[in-house]
Amino acid sequence: MASHGIKDQIAIIGMGCTNFVEHWNLGLDDLIVNAANECYSSAGIAKDAVDAYWLGTAQGGMSGITLARPLQLQNKPVTRVENYCATGSEALRQAAYAVASGAYDVAMALGVEKTKDSGFQGLNATPPPNDGTGRTLTAAAMFSMVAPAYAKKFGVDATELREAIARVAWKNHYNGARNSRAQFRKEVSMDTIKNSPKMAGDLGLFDCAGVADGAAAAIVCRAQDAHKYTDKPLYIKALSFVAGNGSGLTDPTYDYTTFPEIAACAVDAYAQAGITNPSTEIALAEVHDCFTITELVLMEDLLFSERGTAWQDILDGRFDLNGQLPVNPDGGLKSFGHPVGASGLRMMFEAWLQLRGEAGPERQINTDRTLALTHNLGGYPGEMVSFISILGSQLG
Amino acid sequence: MAVEAGRIALRHTSAIPTQLLFASVSPTYADKTNATVVHAALRLDDTALAIDLGSSVRSAMGGLILALQSQGVSVVASADIRTGLAGSSEEANGGDAAAAFVIGDDTHAPLAAEFIGAASATEEFIDRWRAPGTQRTKTWDEKFSEITYLPLGQRAWTQALQDAGIQASDVSLVAVSSPSARISSTVAAKLGAAKVLDNLSSVIGLTGAAQPGLLLALLLEQSEPGQIVALVSLTDGADVLLFRTTKHLPQAQPDTTVAQQLTRGAPVSYGRFLSWRTMLAIEPPRRPEPQRVSATASARSENWKFGFVGSRDTTTGAVHLPPLRVSADGQRTDNMQDAPMADVLGTIATFTVDRLAYSPSPPIVFAVVDFDGGGRFPIELCDIDAEEIAIGGRVRMTFRRLSVTDDIPNYFWKATLVRAS
Repeated sequence: MASHGIKDQIAIIGMGCTNFVEHWNLGLDDLIVNAANECYSSAGIAKDAVDAYWLGTAQGGMSGITLARPLQLQNKPVTRVENYCATGSEALRQAAYAVASGAYDVAMALGVEKTKDSGFQGLNATPPPNDGTGRTLTAAAMFSMVAPAYAKKFGVDATELREAIARVAWKNHYNGARNSRAQFRKEVSMDTIKNSPKMAGDLGLFDCAGVADGAAAAIVCRAQDAHKYTDKPLYIKALSFVAGNGSGLTDPTYDYTTFPEIAACAVDAYAQAGITNPSTEIALAEVHDCFTITELVLMEDLLFSERGTAWQDILDGRFDLNGQLPVNPDGGLKSFGHPVGASGLRMMFEAWLQLRGEAGPERQINTDRTLALTHNLGGYPGEMVSFISILGSQLG
Repeated sequence: MAVEAGRIALRHTSAIPTQLLFASVSPTYADKTNATVVHAALRLDDTALAIDLGSSVRSAMGGLILALQSQGVSVVASADIRTGLAGSSEEANGGDAAAAFVIGDDTHAPLAAEFIGAASATEEFIDRWRAPGTQRTKTWDEKFSEITYLPLGQRAWTQALQDAGIQASDVSLVAVSSPSARISSTVAAKLGAAKVLDNLSSVIGLTGAAQPGLLLALLLEQSEPGQIVALVSLTDGADVLLFRTTKHLPQAQPDTTVAQQLTRGAPVSYGRFLSWRTMLAIEPPRRPEPQRVSATASARSENWKFGFVGSRDTTTGAVHLPPLRVSADGQRTDNMQDAPMADVLGTIATFTVDRLAYSPSPPIVFAVVDFDGGGRFPIELCDIDAEEIAIGGRVRMTFRRLSVTDDIPNYFWKATLVRAS
């Protein structure tokens, strides 16, 4: 199987990110314009210098015209992509491959979502007409099924597991409180988290990421051209994607304590980047904490923790902002918010700020390590897509 | 409920049905046939007729009579949900039930009970009435009902005994079905049979179209081989059916008797009861309502949706739920055979309770079920309190209506705990 990767061939030379919140006063078009202009500015390039665009939006609109119209692009190629909650990452992935192919010199990936115009709570997809036998469960309920399975398999007391997942929420709110772009910017106490009403299974209000409106964008070019635009580019070391086939829902050997798509994606990503010991080589990780229990399992699937021990590492503070491997230093989905199409790019935006020393004194990670990992997933346990990028501030 | 009763009945006979007759006072559809839903869920042959008998209580008894007169093998299924205005005696006395019988002759399969005689009496009178599509039945005057039904019942009874060539005292057990428990016992006392069946109406309630079948089921459950049992139905006339049980009766007894089912209930709050009756609207979540089911997609997946039939890879034996054309390992296409899973028990691998999702009766209790012999399907559980669910719990499949959108019901399967009786 060939997944060669494009390590050190492509650089990110500019990024933009709106704040994520219920933008009652901004529509999809406004978010697109704001993120794109911030991104052009960040790269220091004229708008017309971008040759091609990839728009990531799950439900914001069909066709590349959804981007071309608000930006009034002039005869540019624009592709709209969607891959569940990994949509934003998918946009970047395509833009990177397009430039690596030699077809274009400069490309932009922009992710955007307006989740708050429907009037409904949570993320709601409208499936195509079907026979009515599909699941109608919320995402929270689907992910909540991991908790009893994990507790049983690894002999973790239910109280300890609740403590560990509450700690994830606590950590991400602590970090988000230090991020001017985040949706929720207050620290939240462990007691508040643990006492919040249950939404699904053992997941309470604070175990579930909210949804928000927002946009984020990145401009990429060939690595050897990066110096024309910035002296602090980020080089793409790995882009890995795995689309699950739903086997976890039909195969009794899947035990709901891991996400095999992510585990496979991580192996590929680390191989592309040449990483052998992730938890010591990576400076920070932005991961898909749609639910606190998800982040816990991700620590194991991404090889940051041994199987069955992530709950302990979390309680030990290993992944705190000042821990050995900061996870979600910008607050994560939990605190930053989750406009579906934008989240993958928002993760890369934090890597961009952190690796360039621009995260600000409240949450800047001081480290010699030069690599960041972003992980973005979509779907549910048993039926997932997984994306991982590894970005670095240095070539080689 | 008719499907559940039909499945129980069909498990205990080798006869292959050639027609299905269905009766309910409160069917899901008008114009469109309801029996075809039952036909699909019971996985009857394409060549079998499936028709509705009409939305009267007497239709159910009529179904038995017609089936006994028919050639071939009939499944007669009746089901009803009885309620009334809040606080009414109709509501308090009503019950929900379904009954199903497989009727044929001994060339099809051994007979559990042999039909030996019948009679009917018909008269037009308004003892009760209901407007189509409404939930309550109005009654005129119970005294009027009693003085009308008594002579009708006695006339039909006498004629049926003559038809069978027996005396009243030859009947070991008689059951009387009528719109009133009092009238039933008054008439039963005057028939002269050896014993009168306890209708259990104070426990189950009066179950409308399901009542005659329910009582016939009780008669057969409580009889020994070689006895004569009688079913008398007093509804818009009187109908009497006489049967003699055979030595094959014991092996035809259902695996789940009425008595066993009565031990498995649980209390339901009045508010929840009213919401189930659609008499009380509960606040829905701020989520989109379910979309209506696609008729074309449902037609393509009839076996899966109505029959819970998956596919089994003929090379590896792996069960795929829902059925797939391509095997789970991606290697083979169209290498599958049908895997009927409705009667297979399963074990809970993990579970949750969803307090956010839309449901006609929230919260949704949901589990990943691993089936004996292979196959896994995540599915909603029913007839369960959230506290009862645990990894390792044993479940069986049951046919349910998940929701109704744009007047189209969404039928599918749910799992329910296997409960000891």
